[in-house]
Amino acid sequence: MAMRMRNVANHVKSRMGLLSVTNHGASFSSSTHIGKFLAISPPVRDFKNPDANFSKIATCRFESTKADSGRLGSQYSSIDSNQVLDFPGGKVAFTPEMKFLSESLKERIPCYRVLDDNGQLIEDSNFVGVSSEIARKIYSDMVTLQTMDTIFYEAQRQGRISFYVTAIGEEAINIASAAALTIDDLVVPQYREPGVLLWRGFTLQEFADQCFSNRGDSCKGRQMPAHYGSKKHNYFTVASTIASQLPHAVGAAYSLKMDGKDACAVTYFGDGGSSEGDFHAALNFAAVMEAPVIFICRNNGWAISTPISDQFRSDGVVVRGQAYGVRSIRVDGNDALAMYSAVYAARQMAISEHRPILVEALTYRVGHHTTSDDSTKYRSVDEIERWRLARDPVTRFQKWIENNGWWSSEAESELRSSVRKQLLNAIQVAERVEKPPVANIFSDVYDIPPSNLFEQEKWLREAIKRHPQDYPSVFPL
Amino acid sequence: MLGIIRQKAFAQSLQRIRPATSAWRGYSSAAKEMTVREALNSALDEEMSADPKVFLMGEEVGEYQGAYKISKGLLEKYGPERVLDTPITEAGFTGIGVGAAYYGLKPVVEFMTFNFSMQAIDHIINSAAKSNYMSAGQISVPIVFRGPNGAAAGVGAQHSHCYASWYASCPGLKVLAPYSSEDARGLLKAAIRDPDPVVFLENELLYGESFPVSAEVLDSSFCLPIGKAKIEREGKDVTITAFSKMVGYALKAAEILAKEGISAEVINLRSIRPLDRPTINASVRKTNRLVTVEEGFPQHGVGAEICASVIEDSFGYLDAPVERIAGADVPMPYAANLERMAVPQVEDIARAAKRACYRSVPMAAV
Repeated sequence: MAMRMRNVANHVKSRMGLLSVTNHGASFSSSTHIGKFLAISPPVRDFKNPDANFSKIATCRFESTKADSGRLGSQYSSIDSNQVLDFPGGKVAFTPEMKFLSESLKERIPCYRVLDDNGQLIEDSNFVGVSSEIARKIYSDMVTLQTMDTIFYEAQRQGRISFYVTAIGEEAINIASAAALTIDDLVVPQYREPGVLLWRGFTLQEFADQCFSNRGDSCKGRQMPAHYGSKKHNYFTVASTIASQLPHAVGAAYSLKMDGKDACAVTYFGDGGSSEGDFHAALNFAAVMEAPVIFICRNNGWAISTPISDQFRSDGVVVRGQAYGVRSIRVDGNDALAMYSAVYAARQMAISEHRPILVEALTYRVGHHTTSDDSTKYRSVDEIERWRLARDPVTRFQKWIENNGWWSSEAESELRSSVRKQLLNAIQVAERVEKPPVANIFSDVYDIPPSNLFEQEKWLREAIKRHPQDYPSVFPL
Repeated sequence: MLGIIRQKAFAQSLQRIRPATSAWRGYSSAAKEMTVREALNSALDEEMSADPKVFLMGEEVGEYQGAYKISKGLLEKYGPERVLDTPITEAGFTGIGVGAAYYGLKPVVEFMTFNFSMQAIDHIINSAAKSNYMSAGQISVPIVFRGPNGAAAGVGAQHSHCYASWYASCPGLKVLAPYSSEDARGLLKAAIRDPDPVVFLENELLYGESFPVSAEVLDSSFCLPIGKAKIEREGKDVTITAFSKMVGYALKAAEILAKEGISAEVINLRSIRPLDRPTINASVRKTNRLVTVEEGFPQHGVGAEICASVIEDSFGYLDAPVERIAGADVPMPYAANLERMAVPQVEDIARAAKRACYRSVPMAAV
């Protein structure tokens, strides 16, 4: 195994430029990437004690290319280097040619991918290597997430839980991005990223307890299903408001910077979320404040029934980064290895250079928006099935690890049946645990409960005692 | 700036000589005066000095010394990392402040006026007020939102709205409205130290007003309890509740009423949420008559809540219907004469008190 990995690492090392930053002019052409290459094969990660690993990882330096003045010159034919104006904001060359910047680039920003549809490493690819142990954890967590979503979705359909949100099709984004972070990085999610919490150690029983909002729920029965939150896993509680988490992440990142911590904030949002005012404010602010935050956009093509053609007219979300002065990349979100590499590199830059990074992960929302939605009403079943079967990120990564000799069909069937059994058991247990106590209605509104809530709780308990027939006995006190 | 240095030196000398505070109370000759602006500035300064997690952010708070000069001198003293001039995005900087509070810092977010907090109200309500509850106590939000609230002078509809009842209706928030310099100092310090999100409603016209402050108030550890009203003037015939600028008007009305033989008790609410219902009800049980005063719009206002509370708790003690004095139910007009008629004046309060005492007097504008 170790031999195989070293070969892979050497194989990758011989490529040019692991990561480089290009300055795009108004047009993108296949420019020469001049950059310092550094392939990282991180040592085996002990995710229970992530601090142990960090000191051993070599520092990466990702250099930018110099601004290619030739590219600009090709756009404007008559620029004289003496023709420079001095306005607030800095010197700017002027031109007597009236020319509007096109609303779109000649070609779309290309998408970084490393594994092809069959899980084969693409020629001339560069990426951050993973150990076999991490690769297996990435894979099995992707399988667990997919199975959990399937089973919990079914549970909702059976009426056992009231609501659920699946992340089907986005397993690679969830798990691979989580794998590239450390436990100290603050995660500020939207609502389609339970995989990040799963990676960090939230148990299947804890997921089930929250969905059933029972007494064991760490969220004390306060929230709808799938609105997880866990302070000990550095995963902020999910809110239903769209994109409000983006400025929160910037504020948290700023606090990390003020504390001098070796960590960043990471926040997720969808293509729809990028239309919110908070997206604009967060990116703009993060650039101005030089906050170490990674913005990960899950561009899955749909915001409930709104396709991206109705959401924006820009080339996706990645092009907006430059408008705010934020370094950005577009990644194949269904390629776990590419996601891992991009987020790993983004994290290095965010922390060492105190800057925000925008990662646009292209993907497809295979499931419905939530259990309250039937997406066959606004898109074709064929389209959904094509993505579910032919473009599944889980099977793609499975092929890669199998080719490396890190996985087998026995391991596959054992994993799937074990996970399924654990999930069914978790649901059965969660269903039987009693509901949260009445005291949970009144606690945590404030740090210290105010007198009016004390009174209200007293009146409620008296009412329950006096009229027990109005309060079902299954509700504990 | 000099005034602040003088006060700080005074406060420091106080601390050194400390032990017998009762001896100091006897020293009433040390009656210092302080404007509300100085009170707020000194409170911010002292809290930022005491706790490195406290920081200030808002438009113009740094280089410009604050749109109303409340943060004067703070950028120079604490640097740009703790006094942040923000881009113009209330939604942005409020969200960022909430995020910093989630992480554990203690932001003080300034709105140039609370009218502009409308652009950020989602973060105040959905992200700040509800977070401790929704996260089951895992995320506390020790943030303060402050700025001028309510009517000023000649600033029109979008600069004159009072948001006391908007924010006070939301569980999870605390809402404070200081009147005097003592209120401003004590309540702002309490707000900054409080682990819950606090909305701190100041008043632009009060910034320049001077009030006497005792030695106790000037001490850097001075703090007022949140949720306690203050009886500014004791009386026995009618209770008048008010907050912010209207407290001054109510006190003037009480003077007028005293000359006509009506002894009015004036309650400075100080805290809109939690409302000090015990103090209000105890007062009404004593006087049997109530006039509520506010500058904001009448429907669903603070007076409506006080009236409901008194009816629920002290109905049998009321000898007259509750009188509610509020701003006119119209967006604030600009012309000086129209504006004057759209907000309560001292005479309106005095007439209402007389009506409550069954001295027949025609209504203000019929």
